[in-house]
Amino acid sequence: MERILTRWLDIPDLRKFEVYVGNGGYKALRKALFEMKPEEIVNEVKNSNLRGRGGAAFPTGVKWSFIPKDSKKPVYLCCNADESEPGTFANRYELEFDPHCIIEGIVIACLAVGAHTAYTYLRGEFTVQKRIFDAAVAEAYANNYLGKNILGSGFDLDIFTHRGAGAYICGEETGLLESLEGKRAYPRNRPPFPAIQGAFGCPTVVNNIETLSNVPHIINRGADWYKSIGPEKSPGPKLFCLSGHINKPGLYELPMGFPLKDLIYDVGGGILDGKALKGVIPGGSSFPIFTADEAVKVNMDFDSVRAAGSLMGTAGVMVMNEDTCMVDALKTIAHFYHHESCGQCTPCREGCGWIEKLLTDLEAGRGKIEDLKIMYDAAANMEGNTICVLADSLSMPVKSFVPKYRDEFEAHVKLGRCPFKTTSAQQAA
Amino acid sequence: MPKLTIDGKEVEADASMNLIRAAELADIEIPHYCYHPGLSIPGNCRMCLVEIEKAPKLQIACNTRVAEGMVVHTTSDKAKAAQKAVLEFLLINHPIDCPVCDQAGECKLQDYYMDYDQQPSRFPLPEKNHKGKAIDIGSGVMLDQERCILCARCTRFFDEITKTSELAIFGRGDHNVIDINPGQPVNNKYAGNVVDICPVGALTEKEFRFRMRVWYLHRTTSVCGGCERGCAIDIHHHRGRIYRFKPRFNPGVNDYWMCDEGRHSFPGLQAETRLTSPLVQMKDQLVQETWGEGVRRAASIIADYKRTNGPNSIAAVVDATSTNEEAFAIKQFMKTAIGSDRIATLCWSPPGASGDDELLIRANKNSNTRGLAAIGLSADGLDGLAAAVASGELKMLIAFRADLVRALGEEEFVRRFGALDYMLVLSTDANETCQMANQVWPIAAYPELDGSFTNFQGRVQRINAAFPPPGNAIAGVEAIARLGHALDGVDRPHAADTVFTAMASEEPAFKGLSLATLGEHGLDLAAG
Repeated sequence: MERILTRWLDIPDLRKFEVYVGNGGYKALRKALFEMKPEEIVNEVKNSNLRGRGGAAFPTGVKWSFIPKDSKKPVYLCCNADESEPGTFANRYELEFDPHCIIEGIVIACLAVGAHTAYTYLRGEFTVQKRIFDAAVAEAYANNYLGKNILGSGFDLDIFTHRGAGAYICGEETGLLESLEGKRAYPRNRPPFPAIQGAFGCPTVVNNIETLSNVPHIINRGADWYKSIGPEKSPGPKLFCLSGHINKPGLYELPMGFPLKDLIYDVGGGILDGKALKGVIPGGSSFPIFTADEAVKVNMDFDSVRAAGSLMGTAGVMVMNEDTCMVDALKTIAHFYHHESCGQCTPCREGCGWIEKLLTDLEAGRGKIEDLKIMYDAAANMEGNTICVLADSLSMPVKSFVPKYRDEFEAHVKLGRCPFKTTSAQQAA
Repeated sequence: MPKLTIDGKEVEADASMNLIRAAELADIEIPHYCYHPGLSIPGNCRMCLVEIEKAPKLQIACNTRVAEGMVVHTTSDKAKAAQKAVLEFLLINHPIDCPVCDQAGECKLQDYYMDYDQQPSRFPLPEKNHKGKAIDIGSGVMLDQERCILCARCTRFFDEITKTSELAIFGRGDHNVIDINPGQPVNNKYAGNVVDICPVGALTEKEFRFRMRVWYLHRTTSVCGGCERGCAIDIHHHRGRIYRFKPRFNPGVNDYWMCDEGRHSFPGLQAETRLTSPLVQMKDQLVQETWGEGVRRAASIIADYKRTNGPNSIAAVVDATSTNEEAFAIKQFMKTAIGSDRIATLCWSPPGASGDDELLIRANKNSNTRGLAAIGLSADGLDGLAAAVASGELKMLIAFRADLVRALGEEEFVRRFGALDYMLVLSTDANETCQMANQVWPIAAYPELDGSFTNFQGRVQRINAAFPPPGNAIAGVEAIARLGHALDGVDRPHAADTVFTAMASEEPAFKGLSLATLGEHGLDLAAG
């Protein structure tokens, strides 16, 4: 398959402005600037069925169309590069290897929604990526692809990059906006939605980096071309982050709808050390796990994964082999969400810690059988009852791990220790 | 106005209302912690989750506006399960130290636990998170971070009402705590309000801690006498002692708040110096006598002056902290029982008193300045009285609540009024003016009085007697009525409501008002 989002693998130094332009870069921007009206850009993206790559899979063109046409306030674009979902590492590569594609996508998106200021919110840990991205922004300014009167079109745009301070919640779009405004990243109640009241109280579009990287290609080659890649309702090239017990972990660009089985056994080279597959989380740690039987039947696009009972999220595919202790795996996930819960809403603030405590006891063999019900209840009580979906991000794994691997949880209780740690000496080790 | 259905009851509510307020109209309580009508809506506690037909999941009532045709269930299985779940979450890390918590008895965790939860704990006690306890954060406020449910009412109060942001949330997740910025204690004239709005025992008042169990307290609606704002308050008292003042909602006057100066003014109303018996000056000493003796003595002195020097040899000074009823009763008394037109007011604030601010505090510390003016008592008149003393025309002075010595300073008082023959002082406390008096009568402080104050905006607000005055002290209007009766045998109204009725017929500013109809929020003076 032709590489679209990962052209950098074929084109050395694509991050450099001359190389990017020399390989057809910024053609889409010229087209958008001089041949298209803003609503035509929005419609093209709408027609392409591009869906947000940040995890929620909301149609991008539709999101853009929510921006009021006659806003008296300035409109902002926020580019969400706070990539922190465990198992996800696509944005960092894009920032590092193809920053001009992101910039081009940002300018086109701003043109479409009438924004003259864009903020790129980078994950705090992205120091190298920020340096590279900032250098690309400087190149774009120097060549008048950013700044005043871009390429003589009369369109002005400034991009500011902002690095977070290391909190997962800043990737939640309204948490991001609060953080961008210099406040504590407490997600906001909706309504009002960011399209009406986003950054600094103004209409704002928040798009993921990977979403914006798709935009120049759609403008260049058209919505019909884009829809021809993968399933029509959930099309396009997709970056898959393959990790876990797999022979060839890494970032892979594949068409949407690619079979998970082939992703694991062909592309990923199969399970590490020839072991059997036990489970796969398809979309980053927030989402329900697939058992081995379920995993081999799923195609990796938003709708198919949802139909199979999970969500594709950020396509952080985490593979676990037969030696994995699922109690331990879930404990690790719980530890993450407990650590990252902002603590604003009661159920998430208290529930995440409670679940981690229960799992710590269960994993150590101190748990009781009724703890499974308590944990499941706590997860169910968190889900859907909070301002943002961080609570759901722990609730969903708990609600899938416990029934799907119940025997393992019960074994921990019955044995009074982790069955995957064979002796007490090993356990101590 | 949109019509909606809440728990089967049809409610018509203003379109700007949220579901919590709309439900109140139908006497339905939607439990909530973080929502406070005077603050912004954070939606963080999740206690007010309700089921709305056609909505895919439960919605928070605080952030949901009413809409035409909306059907809301607050007691459906789903809503009840959510309420129970939120309480369980709130309590897992709560210390449950109710036996030593001052909030016990007025704690929303306790109340809602009984109303909506009632399940045994499923969380092992030793695993609770521990945080700071009994932290003195300044301005008389104590913080217990373990009891805190992080509803952020306090931080929002300092952010949005006083705009000073002394408190913030630190940490994240279940390690979140409310705290001050390091080394910057709260120094705020309104800090006590965060104690009021804290729904749990996280913020308590230093002065109130461990003093009284709240279930012993009686509440009497009144008005703070600390300044001319007249914040609506509840007096919390037990066996004739005030334990605290709490602000009471009065839109346009004080909304939900009051200042700390007013809040902490009650000890001054029940000090050791309270007078409990009529006194008379005998051989340079004030000695006790009965009301009968005192009234007869004063009446005969007044009669003497009237006969010898004419009615205008007698004057009254009314302090601007007197109630409307007291001021009117004295005005009438001077006119009908004596026939003197010498009546002045004393309106003064102690040096160093706080000045006007943008929120509530007024520089004028006299609770009824506007009321006295509305009754037609001249704003000052003290100079005129002093001149009359100097010219020998004025012989006797009745000082009603007026602590002239303190207000003027002893030297100035002696210079102006030292030549008086006789002074009758009606006072709550044994102050310096009493020391200069020939007779002293003990009268009730405003928490012991029925009546009314008129604030600087012209709002006439009702005060109610929380308990009787100490010892043989009586209401000021009663004392005046007794003296009047001793002088001319006329029965004057001596209860607050009858005095008010007389005032409403005599004084145009009070036309159409009556004590009984003032209501919780008071009524404005008649225009003009």
